[in-house]
Amino acid sequence: MQVTMIVNGDEVTREIEGRLLLVHFLRDVLSLTGTHWGCDTSNCGTCVVWLDGEPVKSCTVLAAMAGGHEVRTVEGLAVDGKLDPVQEGFIQCHGLQCGFCTPGMLMTARALLDRNPDPSEGEIREAISGQICRCTGYATIVRSVRWAAVNAAPEVTS
Amino acid sequence: MTDTRQRSFEDNDQKPMGFGRMLRKEDPRFVRGRGRYTDDVQLPGMLHLAILRSPFAHARIVSVDTSAAAALPEVKAVITGADLAGLGLAWMPTLSGDVQAVLATDKVRFQGQEVAFVVATDRYVARDALELIDVEYDVLDPVIDVRQALAEGAPLIRDDLDGKTDNHCFDWETGDAGATAAVFAKADVVVSQDLVYPRVHPAPMETCGSVADFDPVEGRLKLWSTTQAPHAHRTLYAMVAGIPEHKIQVISPDLGGGFGNKVPIYPGYVCSIVGSIVTGKPVKWMEDRSENLISTGFARDYIMRGEIAATRDGKILAIRTNVLADHGAFNGTAAPVKYPAGFFGVFTGSYDIEAAYCSMTAVYTNKAPGGVAYACSFRITEAVYLVERIVDCLAYELDMDPAALRLKNFIQPDQFPYMSKTGWEYDSGDYEPTMRLAMELAGYDELRKEQAEKRTRGELMGIGISFFTEAVGAGPRKHMDILGLGMADGCELRVHPTGKAVVRLSVQTQGQGHETTFAQIIAEEIGIAPADIDVVHGDTDNTPFGLGTYGSRSTPVSGAAAALVARKVRDKARLIASSMLEVSVADLEWEKGSFHVKGDPGTAVTIQDIAMRAHGAGDLPEGLEGGLEAQICYNPSNLTYPHGAYICVVDVDPGTAVVKVRRFIAVDDCGTRINPMIIEGQVHGGLTDGVGMALMEMISFDEDGNCLGASLMDYLIPTALEVPDWETGFTVTPSPHHPIGAKGVGESATVGSPPAIVNAVVDALKPYGVRHADMPLTPSRVWDAMRGTAQPPI
Repeated sequence: MQVTMIVNGDEVTREIEGRLLLVHFLRDVLSLTGTHWGCDTSNCGTCVVWLDGEPVKSCTVLAAMAGGHEVRTVEGLAVDGKLDPVQEGFIQCHGLQCGFCTPGMLMTARALLDRNPDPSEGEIREAISGQICRCTGYATIVRSVRWAAVNAAPEVTS
Repeated sequence: MTDTRQRSFEDNDQKPMGFGRMLRKEDPRFVRGRGRYTDDVQLPGMLHLAILRSPFAHARIVSVDTSAAAALPEVKAVITGADLAGLGLAWMPTLSGDVQAVLATDKVRFQGQEVAFVVATDRYVARDALELIDVEYDVLDPVIDVRQALAEGAPLIRDDLDGKTDNHCFDWETGDAGATAAVFAKADVVVSQDLVYPRVHPAPMETCGSVADFDPVEGRLKLWSTTQAPHAHRTLYAMVAGIPEHKIQVISPDLGGGFGNKVPIYPGYVCSIVGSIVTGKPVKWMEDRSENLISTGFARDYIMRGEIAATRDGKILAIRTNVLADHGAFNGTAAPVKYPAGFFGVFTGSYDIEAAYCSMTAVYTNKAPGGVAYACSFRITEAVYLVERIVDCLAYELDMDPAALRLKNFIQPDQFPYMSKTGWEYDSGDYEPTMRLAMELAGYDELRKEQAEKRTRGELMGIGISFFTEAVGAGPRKHMDILGLGMADGCELRVHPTGKAVVRLSVQTQGQGHETTFAQIIAEEIGIAPADIDVVHGDTDNTPFGLGTYGSRSTPVSGAAAALVARKVRDKARLIASSMLEVSVADLEWEKGSFHVKGDPGTAVTIQDIAMRAHGAGDLPEGLEGGLEAQICYNPSNLTYPHGAYICVVDVDPGTAVVKVRRFIAVDDCGTRINPMIIEGQVHGGLTDGVGMALMEMISFDEDGNCLGASLMDYLIPTALEVPDWETGFTVTPSPHHPIGAKGVGESATVGSPPAIVNAVVDALKPYGVRHADMPLTPSRVWDAMRGTAQPPI
């Protein structure tokens, strides 16, 4: 079947099988390999992308279901080469080590801050509770998201 | 020896040169989704491989029919154990000198074992084809309970081994049995406790996988794979696959965590190589999470009896232990050859005692191979758990404060280097200030008051302590090798004409920040800014030989190599500087980044000036070659012995038995600190491992041998909601034998935290008369402990 969707602002059309998962469509078909695949039971959240502005686990969405919709991945987070504050926050606060959970964490963090520009530590922990990180022990991820909240770019907070 | 003062650089943000907090060079690519992990590799014509796995724990293979799978047009190859046997590849050596089946030929020995594989045009079709392979099994009784493995009439697992008649794997002992028995006989108090360290799994977020690209014309194999030890893997492939070593290039790209899971060679890697040879195309294998949990290297699975002897006033005299170790169906333990139980011998911990003895029996069961993984430092997790639980049991028996008991028995600073009763020479330590700092950060006395007050109201609060000594940096090649490869590490440093540099390592980061910290070591030694130093690692064609990253050995071994190779380059730079400044080398003084004439700081040449001269047209001192580079292979004289004091505060809900970790204070001492930010991150991650192991994680089996923890639905890993905001501190006791005084630290928190958490929970349950409870302390296990009905985990 043919599917058309907007990925990071660009329209893409591809011939796919109906059973193809969105995570594999992004990674294998479009070579957007920032989105990762860490489990097979929808627990780990390394595959989180946005579908029409909502964070979703792309291992639990068929590529066909994204047809006609807008998808945004970690590759679409920086604008004109300028890092999003959440990306900068993760660097400043050492919110990543191996980097495997990072793309999903960043997409969730951006979505949280768009909705709640000043989240508490508890709200951040809850927002990322559908995602597993094996390296950081989470505290520096919480600090990273707080850094992004405090250092938000003007266009984000306005 | 100890310097507990904060060194000034600790607070310096972005110190430009050398040690101190520095943001990571790795991060810019990872936050943009531009890391390059194994499954990101896409090559022209690449095929995909999927593995058929055994549904049974123990069964004879009667027949395998692959005809329906092979008939699919997208399927390019279907390979069985019989096919591999024809190539002499059905079995491969393990890192501990046993053999492991690549694909089962005679029978399967654990659920999830590799039986056949398919190579197809895409990963979906490869999985479809697995469904079409028809295997007939003759199911056998499995051995699941390790306590029954040596019972008379137990099913024989390893009938592939000549003359094997039982499930015995090996015996091992250390210490002095007679001397220890004599001390026990004269002791006022003897406490004994059975302890289980359950089977868990390192479960890195990225699973294991590989891309094999065999070029039949050149006879060259290029293999991207998730390996923590690319050079050792290359050598093993050369020995097993018969491809000459200079024709094998192993590339370990960015790894999405390793945690010991990516040290062994797995059948999947070998299958991808065979798949590429057979099809003439690149072949990718990427396992899914369930395959990772069910078949790759597990951790722990030690059943221990701990005994401790002491005087009535709390002087510890001796420790004795007997261990039953479950190694699964093949002994795949990744440990130095002469250390089948790893470094479990450090079970005497941080205490100065008169005698110690350990006897151990390891057995085969119908489970996946492994044992050494998950930040264990070669079984030190088990050793520290044993000693720190049994010391708490003694405190309970003597009705003594567990902090006071530890303080009374520490090895004293003037006793270092300290030879333990099991033969380990601890390099340095000053334990009391570390313990006192943790107690101060925790507000220990106030916590005990709060606890006493809460107990009057029926609230369950527990305070748990763990004080550990690690042993990391394997190791001296005289004693330590893996399959004959000495545990040394190489390092190469080249300074380019314009004064920029590249350093090549034999170790392989999996997130620990080597690309940043090794640049800092070089910067500290030679005065080139870290931003101007590229760190190359993971590609066997482009890096010097060495044993890889595990056992927290990178800083102790490779870090030493980096410092020494930089000094070697600096020595040559000094000769060039002396000719440039026309003074003797004795008249030169080194100030980070430049040489100047003694007493005349204005007459100087920078390392950049020297680099240009080294490659340039001017004269060099007689006998000196051009260029500015060096290489080294560092053989450590001893391990490094970092230590730490951990205090955990838990609240237990008496109505639901749910444990909440309210606070966790971790004070670590790893000697000289290269990058405090990165150390803190390593500690946070390890403490989270500890919460997982102590409260949530376990790989268990039913009586038929079905693995019950083979997905993230059942194998529970802490999320942000299960862990507190960590509180950390540090002291600095440098390693005297290490070139920069640095010790390893990456595994300290995983090693040190589980006993602190268990000690805290047992302390919380004191009003119920609970003296011990085995991990994982899930609500149901705590509930049973409160009611005296707890059973050890199987």
